Amino acid sequence: MLLPEATGKDAALTVSQDGKQVLLDQPYAGARLAASGPQKYASNAAEVQSRFGQALAAQPARPVQFTLYFIEGRDEFTAESRPLIDGVFAEIAGRPVPDVLVVGHTDTVGSDAANDVLSRQRAEVVRKALIARGIPPEDVVAIGRGKRNLLVLTADSVAEPRNRRVEILVR
Amino acid sequence: MSIDLQGLLRRPMRATLLAAAIACQLAPALEAAAAEIGQIKVAKGQVSVDRSGQVLAGSIGMRLEVADVVKTGPDGSVGITMNDNSLLSAGPNSILALERFEFDPTTSQGRFDTQLQRGTLAVVSGRIAKQSPQAMTVRTPSAALGVRGTEFVVSADE
Repeated sequence: MLLPEATGKDAALTVSQDGKQVLLDQPYAGARLAASGPQKYASNAAEVQSRFGQALAAQPARPVQFTLYFIEGRDEFTAESRPLIDGVFAEIAGRPVPDVLVVGHTDTVGSDAANDVLSRQRAEVVRKALIARGIPPEDVVAIGRGKRNLLVLTADSVAEPRNRRVEILVR
Repeated sequence: MSIDLQGLLRRPMRATLLAAAIACQLAPALEAAAAEIGQIKVAKGQVSVDRSGQVLAGSIGMRLEVADVVKTGPDGSVGITMNDNSLLSAGPNSILALERFEFDPTTSQGRFDTQLQRGTLAVVSGRIAKQSPQAMTVRTPSAALGVRGTEFVVSADE
């Protein structure tokens, strides 16, 4: 009845029926429902493909996240990050109905207000670069989070290159 | 301000009415914010969506809402990406109800309950299940699955 696969280390699934429960935490572990409650069994790739092939074939492309970095205090890419925008574009262009969320961030140097503006400007730079390459504007939302979501936790007023970034979620 | 508060404390009935009035005002805003919970990314063959008593054609790009029931025909299949990055895809002759979806993108806290009433379903869990074990469930007419960050398939056959 149920077949987990391609599991990570924390992956698990509980199957409950009429108050009885089994835990599935191994690849291709399965459970069938029976009058006496769920019964565990070992499934395999062939059974999954024959019973669930069409459902699996309809699985959407996985969401992908990119991170691009910026020069301190500015809305310009670092030299290393500048060429990466082409990969972001390719990922978006390959999807039939993409939606893209662009979230700008700053390090903790400067006021909240200044960083809110800067983070939004960074996100807009990415959005405009994608639109310039042909992504429809309505597919890309850009927001700024200022210094609220640090990638690397620091005290206030700390210049930290890894926090000066834009995260791009492509779905 | 303090006078109003005292008045409310002395008259609990009035306070209840006020609370009810505030709830009514808030409801439309919350609904609007929560309206869009996912999107159809893949649709093959016959796919429809039941929403508030109406039957809509399920096409690629369509945005989904809480309480939508997604159905596929004998030649149909559908793939959905939810706002928490969960992926749901159903094979032919399936009925999938998106019963509950609450998601805070900042904290990843939320709740996601679906019911596969018929057919086959493949699931890749997303941020809700990763953040809180037990926050995502998939039910079938006879069983309930609790999801802790995983990929799985489930079927509900008569």
